[in-house]
Amino acid sequence: MKRRIPLLIVFVFGVLGAIPFLIPHRIIQDADNEFRSSVLRIIVAFSLVLGVGSIIRHHYEKIRRKRENWQYSYVTLISLVISAIIGLFGGIEANGILPTRFVFPFTNYTFRFDIQTLYTNIMVPLGATMFSLLAFFMTSAAYRAFRARNIEATILLFSAFVVMLAAVPLVSSIFPKLSFFSEWILTVPNTAAKRGLGFGIALGSMATSLKIILGIERGWLGGTG
Amino acid sequence: MAISPPTYVRAWDNPNDAGGAIRISWHLSADDSIIDGYEILRLAEGEKEYQPIGFIGKGRNCYTDDETKDGLRYQYRVSAVKDTIRSYSEPSNFAQSSAQWFNTDRINVLIFTAIFIFLILWFITQAKRGTRLFVRRIAGLAAVEEAVGRATEMGKPILYVPGLSTVDDVATIAGLNILGEVAKKTAQYDTKLIVPNRDPIVYTVAREVVKEAYTQVGRPDAFNPDSVYFVTDSQFAFAAAVDGIMTRENPATNFFMGYFWAESLIMAETGASTGAIQIAGTDAVMQLPFFITACDYTLIGEELYAASAYLSREPLLLGALKGQDFGKAIIIGVLLLTTLLALLLNLPVLNLF
Repeated sequence: MKRRIPLLIVFVFGVLGAIPFLIPHRIIQDADNEFRSSVLRIIVAFSLVLGVGSIIRHHYEKIRRKRENWQYSYVTLISLVISAIIGLFGGIEANGILPTRFVFPFTNYTFRFDIQTLYTNIMVPLGATMFSLLAFFMTSAAYRAFRARNIEATILLFSAFVVMLAAVPLVSSIFPKLSFFSEWILTVPNTAAKRGLGFGIALGSMATSLKIILGIERGWLGGTG
Repeated sequence: MAISPPTYVRAWDNPNDAGGAIRISWHLSADDSIIDGYEILRLAEGEKEYQPIGFIGKGRNCYTDDETKDGLRYQYRVSAVKDTIRSYSEPSNFAQSSAQWFNTDRINVLIFTAIFIFLILWFITQAKRGTRLFVRRIAGLAAVEEAVGRATEMGKPILYVPGLSTVDDVATIAGLNILGEVAKKTAQYDTKLIVPNRDPIVYTVAREVVKEAYTQVGRPDAFNPDSVYFVTDSQFAFAAAVDGIMTRENPATNFFMGYFWAESLIMAETGASTGAIQIAGTDAVMQLPFFITACDYTLIGEELYAASAYLSREPLLLGALKGQDFGKAIIIGVLLLTTLLALLLNLPVLNLF
């Protein structure tokens, strides 16, 4: 019973999920939209509680057992509690019951710590910092990838060299045909390979979905039994 | 100055929709080149005067009125407009919108899906009867055993990232299926497994998958609930956390299985710098070059979906895999045939016969 009910739910909703693709009638489309927006939103809201519970349990255990770098877990837990309080009671833009905006007397300076301000000034720059690391990682990865160790790697090196050179305005003005060759590399062999991958991925997705709907693939249930 | 009106105005129910739309078409005005465009006017049944409902530029001869009431009859006129001059067409036929119960545009998809489902079910039946099904060697999956063994020998943990997408992504489900097989091996070898998650629902499923895998191999006591945990739903904060785990815990093997975005290279390059064996698998085409460059083995696209069948060697799953391969063969055949036909019809080759 522990397995049959989830399998039955998956079968019913899997079939229901495929039907709106073929039936454009409003009754079916509205029901589908209702499931996708309202019902899924409720499930996601519940899952958030599980996620927060996991964070608290994980870091509490780390502190309790004094594992390596356990002190940082305090930072995580305190940040979690503070941002939850500010978000829940301070409103998104300082419009909640908790005051999150202070105007300093005799100056025009306003100090804000509402959730939007915290997000824009802490989360966004931190995310941008991590993202900017990508440039350096790309350089080191390109250095490894472009070593001509075998025929395939040599072709890759040559193609990359042509595409990169063609992107330089000075080079493309001296060798105008290089741009056409670069364009050909991108639109013919590159696109052909991507489309081939696309077919495989689409069929793989369909087969996996079918296996899940029919209950053949049960790995997501925690096993095959 | 007089301008010619558009002619032959026709109206009909917009096909394959949820209702509420009528399509109108007309023959262009003889003065199409000099006019500003066409104004579309509508008369609903019971009304006395035509109301303007839209305007489109010259050279265009169709319009969709998507503000109709199903079951109510409408009539249309189209006027050619040049500055303040208007030249009206004859009224169209009466038309009414309605919702359809089947999208005929997608009948080709339905036919192919039916063939594909038949192939999969047929090969599953063959597999059930005991027919031996050959599956080519996939290097990345063959290396799983070796990767787990290496971590065990070195006394180091294994890091498994089931992608950053949600559970409704097929790649995530494929990643979770592989996690089950990897967890069985870590349970057998008593190797530490670390599974950080970005999505709370994926975290819940991943936890159950690992727990069940430990139970299946008879080691429920070895399951550490703290080994599978939720980190954050912020993309780059998650990448930072995974990088931190790699540098602090120094795992011997890193698995990246699921859907990834720009953080793929940040994680894979950090893993490469720690000297870990790295096995990645994704259907995110844009991230594949990054994984191929930074990881030792990469499951490309559909290989990710084939992984659970390959690792478990279950006949039912292998049968489905075989059906998938035949589906691909049909697509290749159709592509070759249609390409050949298109070439032959455009070239004077057929004239030879």
